[in-house]
Amino acid sequence: MTGDPDTSQDNLQDIRLGHADRGFVGKIIRLDALVTGSSLSPQELEQRLVEMGFVEGARVEILHEGTIRRDPIAVRVDNITIALRRSEAMAVIVE
Amino acid sequence: MTTASLRLALVGAPNTGKTSLFNSLTGSRQKVANYPGVTVERKSGGFVTPEGRSVTVLDLPGTYSLRGRSPDEEITRDIVLGRFDGEAVPDLMLCVADATNLRLTLRLVLELKRVGRPMMLVLNMIDIAKRRGVTINLDRMSQELGLPIVTSVAVRKGGVDELLKRTDEFLAKSHEAAASEWTTPTIADLKAAQREADRIIAAVVTLPTKPDTLTNRIDSVVLHPVWGLVILAVILFVMFQAVFTWAQPAMELLSDGFAALGQLIHDVMPASWGLLQSFLQNGLISGVGSVIVFLPQIIIIFLFILLLEDFGYMARAAFLMDRIMGGAGLHGRAFIPLLSSFACAIPGIMATRVIDNRRDRLTTILIAPLMTCSARIPVYTLIISAFVPATTVWGVVNLQGLVMFGLYAAGITSALTVSAIAKFFLWRDHAPAPFMLELPDYKMPRLRSIAIGVFTRAKMFLYRAGTTILSMMVLIWFLASFPTAPAGAEGPAINYSFAAMIGHALEPLLRPIGFNWQIAVALIPGMAAREVAVAALGTVYSIEGGKEAADAIGQVLAQKWTLATALSLLVWYIFAPQCASTLAVIRRETGGAKWMVVTFLYMLALAYVASFLTFNLAQALGLH
Repeated sequence: MTGDPDTSQDNLQDIRLGHADRGFVGKIIRLDALVTGSSLSPQELEQRLVEMGFVEGARVEILHEGTIRRDPIAVRVDNITIALRRSEAMAVIVE
Repeated sequence: MTTASLRLALVGAPNTGKTSLFNSLTGSRQKVANYPGVTVERKSGGFVTPEGRSVTVLDLPGTYSLRGRSPDEEITRDIVLGRFDGEAVPDLMLCVADATNLRLTLRLVLELKRVGRPMMLVLNMIDIAKRRGVTINLDRMSQELGLPIVTSVAVRKGGVDELLKRTDEFLAKSHEAAASEWTTPTIADLKAAQREADRIIAAVVTLPTKPDTLTNRIDSVVLHPVWGLVILAVILFVMFQAVFTWAQPAMELLSDGFAALGQLIHDVMPASWGLLQSFLQNGLISGVGSVIVFLPQIIIIFLFILLLEDFGYMARAAFLMDRIMGGAGLHGRAFIPLLSSFACAIPGIMATRVIDNRRDRLTTILIAPLMTCSARIPVYTLIISAFVPATTVWGVVNLQGLVMFGLYAAGITSALTVSAIAKFFLWRDHAPAPFMLELPDYKMPRLRSIAIGVFTRAKMFLYRAGTTILSMMVLIWFLASFPTAPAGAEGPAINYSFAAMIGHALEPLLRPIGFNWQIAVALIPGMAAREVAVAALGTVYSIEGGKEAADAIGQVLAQKWTLATALSLLVWYIFAPQCASTLAVIRRETGGAKWMVVTFLYMLALAYVASFLTFNLAQALGLH
């Protein structure tokens, strides 16, 4: 993939959900699927994330982490829980 | 109104209780088949409304949108849009939503509305929502959405009465379908629809002040990086115990029953009907019997799978295993199909339908037959008890048990290796498919729904035993019985058959791996089902007898084979594609012969090489 995901951050307070630790609570600012480690095309990844409820303004909380390299993660998105890999969670910009 | 059945279709996101609703509407009057040309399960059923309307229901594959990103979702889209050849457009769509979790479904509802067909929204699991203190203003919601809304508790008796009544009311009037305005939604469309859904939810749903934390509390243990894996291991252990010990009495009953029935036919028929007698006893009854004997195991394994699925645990198991299986190039969702394959590769391969990525699914199908299925157990047991002494090693471990464990471990290791190799060579250019899965709230499983699910699976298995597998058995009986032995011939009749000819022809090929022609002959009926090889070995070594036969075969084999041959045959059975039904299922599930041939060839090559190495190594070590 192209470059480090962090380089595209335009606001220091914004972080990518894929980098956040367990217990993180925040709000989704936007989706940016251009530079993730995902195998999906940016458009497809963004579409799937939206379909799973990852939309601007939604409250997110990382509830659980997997055993190996703390991956995948279980994320509470408003009132549903979604399991996904950190590489895909990189597309979710939170604060 | 016509007298023809009205067509209802259930549409909804995964985990909304759609299948429970389908079960409670149709009971056991269900038909499971495949949509033509694809390997997507088509579940249909029927019921009669209180006013006597006959209705057929189609349970469409669950989907979050009509975008159709997997074959299952394409089916849902095409049927809803009336584009699917050979499938009439439904008269009424029932969009099923989980009342406790409306966000994703409401967006789907808004999308479905654009299709313009008559539709009703079913708020399922309304009891759980009420118990949690969620209140929904149904009138306002109905107004906002412009749709009739009905609540239901699919899992409770009487829980769908209102739905039936409202269906009658709905069908009593005539409904015009509007022209479809549906177009494939863009990201902007999806976001706009989600915003609209969230607006409606904010307007009509009041959430309790104290949110439900039970699921979260259970998950903090069940998804714990360490305890989660321990719990998973314990669940698997109990499942295996159940499959292998609980099923045992029922399996013995079945196999004894079929043996007795065969004997009865043998005794009742005049001996002059020799051929028909042999066909009925050895071809038909023992053939069908040897497959039906697995019914108890299939029932138990599906009971566990459906219970865990209903409880909400399956998604958690996939979460826990995703990274671990990912190391071998497998998707987290491949875990359950591979697990089922320990009972039998057939339900395992059928269960790969939950994997939406085609490459991941193919890899899983390719390696599922390497998992040690229960049909290998009789063969393993026979050879181990004949050749491996029941001594204790390392103080506590039984050597026979250790060898058995080794055979299982070899199966698993080779499956993971094959998967890693397949990933490297076949789809090196493709990055792994994403893992994105909703973890539904835990729910108490409802027995009625589970019972219907198990019953449907058992019926499918029996149907297959009665068709594909039976015809295979008849063919193999034919090979083992014709031509018949000449008058006054010595030795068992199978020695004069096509099977023996094939066995003799194969012998030069199999000699390097230590097999004699008797083994080659036994391997042919063993293609019908692995464990049939045990009985076939009995036949070629002309051992008669009922229950004690297995012991007798073991004693004869211990005299006639070297240890090197026995070990080579054990290793052969880990890998060899010795199951015609599995190959038939692979062909059906992958929609063509290609992957069946690939599976057959790679397993054959693996078996041959491994047996060759084992045999020669054992000989070099002087194990005779």
